[in-house]
Amino acid sequence: MSSFFQKENLIKYLLQGAASTSIFIVLLIVLFLGKEAIPFFSEPGISNLFGTTWKPVSFKEELFGILPLISGTVVVTIVAMFIAVPTGVIGAAYLSQVAHEKEREILKPFMELLAGIPSVVIGFFGLIILAPIVKELFGLQTGLSALTGSILLALMAIPTIMTISDDAISSVPRSYKEASLSLGASKFYTLWKVTVPAAMPGIVAAVLLGMGRVIGETMAVMMVTGNAASLTLSPFNSVRTMTATIAAEMGEVPFGSEHYSALFMVGLVLLFMTFGLVLIGQRYLQRQEN
Amino acid sequence: MNKLTINLLLISISVGSVIISGCSKRNDSGSSMVTIKGSDTMVHLVSSWAEKYMALNPDAEISVTGGGSGTGIAAILNNTTDIAASSRSIKEKESTLAESKGIGFTRTVIAKDGIAVVVNIANEISALSLESLRLIFTGEVTNWKQVGGADKEIVVLSRESNSGTHVFFQKLVLRKDDYTQGALLMPSSSSLTQTVNDNENAIGYVGLGYADNAGDNVKTLSIITPDGNVIPSEETVKSGEYPIARPLLFYVNANANGKVKAFIDYCLSEEGQKIVSEIGYVSIAD
Repeated sequence: MSSFFQKENLIKYLLQGAASTSIFIVLLIVLFLGKEAIPFFSEPGISNLFGTTWKPVSFKEELFGILPLISGTVVVTIVAMFIAVPTGVIGAAYLSQVAHEKEREILKPFMELLAGIPSVVIGFFGLIILAPIVKELFGLQTGLSALTGSILLALMAIPTIMTISDDAISSVPRSYKEASLSLGASKFYTLWKVTVPAAMPGIVAAVLLGMGRVIGETMAVMMVTGNAASLTLSPFNSVRTMTATIAAEMGEVPFGSEHYSALFMVGLVLLFMTFGLVLIGQRYLQRQEN
Repeated sequence: MNKLTINLLLISISVGSVIISGCSKRNDSGSSMVTIKGSDTMVHLVSSWAEKYMALNPDAEISVTGGGSGTGIAAILNNTTDIAASSRSIKEKESTLAESKGIGFTRTVIAKDGIAVVVNIANEISALSLESLRLIFTGEVTNWKQVGGADKEIVVLSRESNSGTHVFFQKLVLRKDDYTQGALLMPSSSSLTQTVNDNENAIGYVGLGYADNAGDNVKTLSIITPDGNVIPSEETVKSGEYPIARPLLFYVNANANGKVKAFIDYCLSEEGQKIVSEIGYVSIAD
């Protein structure tokens, strides 16, 4: 009998260990990023971080202002979410409540296929096909703009948002819907005023996950946004995102230099941005539950 | 049920440890393989050498990776590669770091490369002086009209800062000035030529090897020098007439073994240099 309990305890610990690896890994990553970024505080100094110019390689003066990088990430993310959230949520509502079984059988696999396309391939498509179209359509100097990046990112976020929202909407209890319909509400009214609001926590989670993907995406963005580090809030300008900066510059940077610690600083800021996002989302969900 | 879980756990642990030990073993046997890391410009050239060399010497194992000249030099400093392929000279910061780490290396010129300035075929300009190029890339000149072209805004394309070409162009053409903040930084030579192909107002620079087959709508500019206009080509780079040219380098770890030396000798041999010309770079043989 005792050996049975020992076995059970052992398994319990193993499972506990497996469950807490994610916490452990996050802590390690924060520690590592922090350790490499710390030199930045003394040399060149934290105030440099809030400058408006990112010019890490220069024979004259190296500047590490990350505001243009933050603005780049923010612009690209906001525009991408403007495209992806309505499309994703409306699509999910349609898929789970309106579409016929046959339609669903076709649409759903294709959605999942879209989620599986590697981001380099999407970036390549953006560079060759989408960028010239955006350039022509909006009469821009170049198609390599924040907008092109946003459209590609929206393509990548839509499957995430749609699949998870679909699950959330499908799992709303039938009784809600039936109660609404029996009170004489139309099918459409029931969908928008009863079913979708009831699924809101799941939809918020879906949007947050989609947003996480958008902020963290690197390759496709790097290929189509032009990567000019100018401080701008216009989606028609070329922007340089934080992820693209790290990816493009990390390979070249001399070990232990100011530029090196600056890149880790960028990573740290990015991490805190996504962390904040998750926090806000959880707050919102808690309030919903109360 | 319980037994099954335990068995599964045991299996996963043993598989995991095999994988981990496999990983560490690969590092030990690294000495029998020559590793070359660095310049993206040179990847094509170096891997062609490696292919031919391995065909000639069946026991030889050579691994070639890109990532940028800086990546290669960083790898030399971290002792993770035998040869760093670099399209720029080592920086002062890097050589002091090497000294502090007690790492020695030698520098060998293995070929030459010209940097071609490319524009769209629709552009009426066919030659520019180094000074005009400097003004364009630093952002002092923003309209093609100012250098004798159409009344169109200039779209400046540069390579990312991890590219040796970026630093070389900045040193030689921009005379160490900064690129304009509005310059679009392209992650690769092919995405740069692709953009020039699509955009009538774009100007950019790529290695000579890339400019030759860049696309139907890409045109290579001549450079206006005191001795007349010079188009980049194998002859003009070799003779030194074309001003935007650079040596392609191997930085070799001082502790490198005979296999590494044999490969470099092959690269410098007549046969090796023939490959250089075939690929579109300029051989250093007479």
